[in-house]
Amino acid sequence: MSQRPLSPHLGVYKFTYTMSLSILHRVTGVATTVGFVTFAWWLMALASGPEAYAAAMRCLSSPLAKLLLVGFTFSFVYHFCNGIRHLVWDTGRGLERAQARRSGALVIVAAVLLTALVVWLGCAALASGAP
Amino acid sequence: MSLRTPLGKVLGSGSAGEGTTHWWVQRVTAIALIPLTLWFAVSILRKPLQSHEAMSGWLGHPWVAVFTILLAITLAWHSWLGVQVVIEDYVHAKGAKTGLLLLSTFVHFAAAVAAVFAVVILAVS
Repeated sequence: MSQRPLSPHLGVYKFTYTMSLSILHRVTGVATTVGFVTFAWWLMALASGPEAYAAAMRCLSSPLAKLLLVGFTFSFVYHFCNGIRHLVWDTGRGLERAQARRSGALVIVAAVLLTALVVWLGCAALASGAP
Repeated sequence: MSLRTPLGKVLGSGSAGEGTTHWWVQRVTAIALIPLTLWFAVSILRKPLQSHEAMSGWLGHPWVAVFTILLAITLAWHSWLGVQVVIEDYVHAKGAKTGLLLLSTFVHFAAAVAAVFAVVILAVS
């Protein structure tokens, strides 16, 4: 019973780069979950009043927190773009090997460019409105 | 009383008895999250994030509050389903698997309730 092969038994396949995009979808999804919990914490700080919000924003301004925010941003943006790729696949389109490789490359480029854009706009938003 | 035969009721539902529901809800929430997250990101990136007054005023606006609550619930639901699949696929020890699934459920519900509660507070204050 315990000797049965369990999915996903990935060791039997030859490695292709689209496989790393697939595992990255799961990794970025889990990272976005941590981002969502952070978002809920930030909303609670906002609802708790000006002092709690100022403390939360100080916490989010540390170098480590900023690095995490960039990570959350890339994770969300990648999961968003690749998620649309998955939804297109669900309609039965784009499943040929060459198409899947092309859409994968498109997702990587879009994710990197959108992450840069959001980080740039986010830095400006984070710097404004200081009391 | 159902007119379906016992065999008809179970065919295609799998051992968990829920059929394609998990897969389908993951797609429904994914589609809903496209406009919700786009709207939220485009909006919040133009706000003065350091100002408590500006941020609480914005999130307390009735329509902003409604769509932020929809975003929080949909995001928590989609995330809960996704993390469940990841745990089921990679954690094979029964105790650790059950424990992590319980933890994921508790964290997702707590985060969703906290987010919704915070937005309601901002909307009524």
